[in-house]
Order: sequence, then C-alpha cells, then structure tokens
Amino acid sequence: MTAIDLDTTKLTADRLFQRKRLMGFAIPAVILAYLTYIFFAFDLPGLAGRANMDNAVTLVSDSWSHKVHVTRDNRSGEISYAVEGERKGRYPEGARPAWVTGDEVITIDLGGDHIVRYLPDNRTEIEIPNFPLIEVQAEGRALTTNLPDDLPDWISASSRRIGITTPEGRITLTGARTEVFNYFPGWELFWFTLDSPYHGQSLSTILFGERVDPARPNVSGAISDWWNNAMWRHKDVAWAIGETILMAFLGTMGAAIIALPLGFLAAKRFSPIMILRAATRRLFDFMRGVDALIWTVVLARAFGPGPLTGALAILITDTGTFGKIFSEALENVDQKQIEGVSSTGAKPLQRYRFGVIPQLVPVLLAQILYFLESNTRSATIIGAITGGGIGLMLTQAIQTQKDWEEVAYYIVLIIAMVMFMDWLSGWLRGKLIGRKD
Amino acid sequence: MADISLSGAAQTVRTIQSSYMAQVQRRRLYSGLTLLIFVILMVSGFNIADDRNAGGFWNGLHQVGDYPADVLSEAWEKRADLPALTAKYFPALVETLNIAAVSTLIGAIGGLFLSLLGTRGLAKWPCLIPLFRRISDIMRAVPEIVIALVLIFVLGGGPVPAMSAIAIHTAGALAKMFSEVSENTDLKAVEGLSSTGATWLQRMLLGVLPQVAPNYVSYTLLRFEVNIRASAILGFVGAGGLGYELRNAMAWGPGRFDEAAAIFILLFGTIIFFDQVSSRYRNKLTDGQTH
Repeated sequence: MTAIDLDTTKLTADRLFQRKRLMGFAIPAVILAYLTYIFFAFDLPGLAGRANMDNAVTLVSDSWSHKVHVTRDNRSGEISYAVEGERKGRYPEGARPAWVTGDEVITIDLGGDHIVRYLPDNRTEIEIPNFPLIEVQAEGRALTTNLPDDLPDWISASSRRIGITTPEGRITLTGARTEVFNYFPGWELFWFTLDSPYHGQSLSTILFGERVDPARPNVSGAISDWWNNAMWRHKDVAWAIGETILMAFLGTMGAAIIALPLGFLAAKRFSPIMILRAATRRLFDFMRGVDALIWTVVLARAFGPGPLTGALAILITDTGTFGKIFSEALENVDQKQIEGVSSTGAKPLQRYRFGVIPQLVPVLLAQILYFLESNTRSATIIGAITGGGIGLMLTQAIQTQKDWEEVAYYIVLIIAMVMFMDWLSGWLRGKLIGRKD
Repeated sequence: MADISLSGAAQTVRTIQSSYMAQVQRRRLYSGLTLLIFVILMVSGFNIADDRNAGGFWNGLHQVGDYPADVLSEAWEKRADLPALTAKYFPALVETLNIAAVSTLIGAIGGLFLSLLGTRGLAKWPCLIPLFRRISDIMRAVPEIVIALVLIFVLGGGPVPAMSAIAIHTAGALAKMFSEVSENTDLKAVEGLSSTGATWLQRMLLGVLPQVAPNYVSYTLLRFEVNIRASAILGFVGAGGLGYELRNAMAWGPGRFDEAAAIFILLFGTIIFFDQVSSRYRNKLTDGQTH
C-alpha cells in the first residue's frame, strides 16, 4: 500500500468522522429548534395565564374527598343536610350528621374550633380561631355583617354574597340561603345511599347479623342496594364497561373475519389477477386512511349513537389494517408446506386449510390479540364521540365539572379495564400460540 | 412365539392408532367448542350492541351511504370553493401534525429512558426495574382521552392537553417496544465501555443506542402514524387542530358540508401520505435484519 492510498483513506475516514460529528450536533439542534418553534406555536407562555389553577385544586381535592352540605333556606328557615348537595345524597327526614347539634340554634362543628351557628331570624355566627366572631344577618337579598373593611384573602364579601374558605370547610352566605360545606376524606355513599337500610352497617352485620331489612335476606338486599346505588350508579358503570369491551371485541373479531378472505385476494401468491389484487389493496388503504374518527362520524349518522356504531367504526378501520398485515403474512408463507400437502393429493381448499392456515395462525392471533387490547382504548375514545360505553360516562362526568370523585372512579376503572384486557390478551396469546420466552 | 409377538405388535399399532384417533377426536371437540363459544359470543354480542344502539343495524344499513353522499354531492356542487377551504383549514392540519410530532418526540425520549431503566443488564438502578416497568405499564394503559379531558378542564382547550396526553401514552407504549429490542442488545460493547470508566449515560449513548437505533426509529415512526390519528380524534373532544374544526363544521350541518368535505380530504390525504412515507423509511431502516 502506498502513501497516497493511505492519505486518501485517511481523508475519507476524516470526512466520515466530520459528518458523524456534524450529525451528532445537527440532530439535537434540529430537535431543539423544532421544540422552540412549538413553544411559540402552542403559545406556551400564554398557557400560564389561561390555566385555571383553582380548577386543578378542586379537581385534586374533590377526587379523594367528599363534602356534606348543611343548607338553610333563608325564606322558609328549613335546614337540609346532603352529601355533595345532591338530592340523591340527602339525609332522610329527622336524621343529620353527628357534628350538627341543637334545635333552636343549630351548631355546626367543622372541627379545629371552627364553629358555625345558625341562629333564628336568619342570623349566622361564625367562630374561627384567631379571628373575631363573624355575625351575619340576612334580610331579603341583602346581608349585613360585622366584617371589617380590610379582609384576609380567604374571605370574600359583598353586600349580596359572602364566601369564607377555611382549612376545615367552606361557608357561603347569600340572602336566599346560608350554606356550610364540611369536607371529609373518602368516597361517601360508595356502597349504600342514605335511604338504604344497609348504610352504616358493618360488613359482618350484613353477612352474619340479624336481618337489617325484614323484607329481604341481608346479602341479596345489600347487593341489590349497592348495585342500584343512585349516587355511584354501579349498574350503569358496569354496563358501560361491558359496552366498551364489547365494541372492542366485536370490532376486532369482525375485522379479522372479514380481512382474512380479503387478505388472500390481496396477496400475490394466491391472487393471480393483478387488478383484483390492486383493488383490494387500495380498499385496505382507503379503510385505514379514512380514520376511525371519520368512520365514527359517518356511521353515527346512519346507526345513531351507541356501542354498535363504535364497533362498526373499529371493524372498518381494522379491516384495512388486518388486511394489510394478513396479506403481507400470506406473501411470506413457506411454499414447502403447501407442496407437501398438495403431494398427498389435497384439493385447493384443503391446501389452504392444512398448508397455509397453520403457518398463518400464530401471526394472525398475535395481531388480533394485540389489537383487542389496543382497541379497548380506542373504544373508550370512540365511545366519547359516538355516545356509548365508559368513554361517554367519563366525558359527561367531566363536563358537569363537579363530580370529580366520580371522574377519579371512572379513570381508575378505565385503567383497570385496559390493564385487564392487556393481561387477558397476553394470557390468551400464551395459551394459543405459546410464550415467546 | 413369533405369532404372539406379531399379534402383540399389531396390538400396539392398534392402541396407538386408537389413542391417536381419540386425541384427534378430542382436539376436534375442543376446537369445535371454542368455535361454538366464539360464534355465540359474536352473535349475542352483536345483538346486545344492536339493542343498546339508538338506531338498529338493519334499519341503518341502507342509510350508511346517505351522509357521505350528501357531503360529497354538496362538496361537488361547491367544488370551486374546495381549494380555498383546504387552504383555510391548512393551519389546523399543521396544528394536528405538530401535536402528533411533538408528542411522538417527547414520548420517544421518555420511552427511551423508561426502557433503558427497565431492562435487565442496562438499568442504572437494577433494583428499581420493576418500578419503571410498572410506571410504563400504567402510562400505556391510560387512554389519551382521560388525560386530555382532565387537562382541558385545567388548562383550557388547545393543543397542549392533547400533546401531553398523547406523549404520556406514547412514552408507555414505546417503552414496552423499546425494551423488547434492548433486551436483545449485545452487552459486550457496554462492558467494554464500562471498563474504560464510562458513566451510565455514556455507556447507553455509545454502547447501546447505536445497536438499537434502527429499530427504535422504526417504532417511533410507526407511533407517529398512530399519533396523527390520535391527535385528530382528540381534537374532536376539544383539543384543537383538525378534529376540532371537523366537529364545528359538522355541527353546522347541511349547507356547510363543503367545509366538512375539505377537512375529510385533508385528513385522509395526510394519513395516507404519512403512512406511505413512514412505511418506506421503516422498510429501509429494518432492511437486512433477520426477524
């Protein structure tokens, strides 16, 4: 080897290194430049202004706690007690929480020496430690108070409305009503609503104790009261999850059933007519390209909202995807096995059945099961658009913007559902085609 | 003597044959039963879905073409406007694509770290491998819409909630695919690097990444295709981009179908375009690899 040869080799090597080094800087630089562009395109500096942190605080605190409302209607003087202020969570006539006492003067003990008293004639006294006693008188639509002019930031007051937020609870006063919200951790009434006789009973009483409700055996009564719980709607939730899984199941399996014969049409080995092959392939591309979103929109017009629409949208999109995957798998089928089968005198259909399908099944099943899990997630989203399943319940709960504990409950259920489907598809894959490792 | 052994052999053949036949019978029975259960599940599932749907399947079937026909005929009447409308919605398309691209980018970086930290032999803290695996499992299990809706409530509508939602899911999904690849990496390079006193980051950057990069990029591209669709869908629930415009255009109903058609065309074209481009690159990247 001459010196010149060496020099050129060295030069090319140098150039190669230079290019590598350049790439090493260029790729991060391009990514950084793109992210900078996005930073302004998505208006991230303005995001801080638009973000509503109060919403975030309510969301987080409400998702793991509940509040009990003590409301005095200032016109009738009537006092009601309700969990989350909902009619379904109202305490029955004559019953009230233990932290409310008194008859003439209703004393509400919020804990931590925070005490609210509902006095006769629509007067209210609020005792807060390290703060002078607050007195409010409601007359018509106006409020008169002894509040000083410079208020701490946890009190907002006008002549019409006073809001007091303490660590122990919240108090709002208007001319029409006086309300105290007392916060507690946990999801209240998750098992039984207040009108159920089983509310407040321990598990052992329900299982082994005397009959709580003389008309029904304890266990079946308790299960039916829990199942029909009006606050948490366990029955509807179970149906919704069933619908979502059903959408995924029907969509995936239907797509596989339709895509298998079409896959043969699109594979070069099995479909000699070029035009037919090209047409099938374009059909697959079309089905995949018109996204599940558009299919959902179009199908919802014809079939109305519901799980069937979602299932069909998944079915059509996935027929395209499966068709492509299956036809590719068919192209890669080993010819030897088919020849072996045909050497025994098998007819074409038997050749497919014993020569092709056994080679195809592992690929097919793996894909189908993978899509079953992934479609459970899609079905949640499609349900939110077309109106069916747990996706719809989640969107509704978020749109009402107050039942955050229900939102948290649905989120937990959705994640559990997807993880279950993930586990199930993995388990089925292991059973049907054997584990990889 | 010979007689006995002969008949004995015949006996064995017969028992083998009969036990084989019994096995075949049992297999047939099992596959028949599986098929039966599957058919029952499909039929009853279809009936339940049909019952719970607002409109029935058979009533709706002949109406499937109505809406597309309406949209297409109206769009055809106003075909002169289509280029202008396409231009009008192009910024929305760019937003949808940006959401998909950024979330894929962030998700890929997150997935990279999650997968490296969750792979045996590569992890920086081997005792935390199960933790990182569980984290990526949970991130993968959360459907985008859950995070998107919650973030829309806090941050208001726009691209950021969709981006964060898709990025989180992408990180989890890619972490799983990445760690399947990185489990098969050759550890010799890593050992060599660690013998020179390289830090964990250097070992990963110089020893592992060059081995796995083609597969990682290929998976990331595949994910980008998926994310374009996801970003369009999330727009429909209020997260900006093309999906949001589509919902608005549809809410106007007849008379504005040309706008819906323009959006349909844009979305369809984009998805096809990126599918083709990415599948070409993916084939190039994984070319010459044995599967």
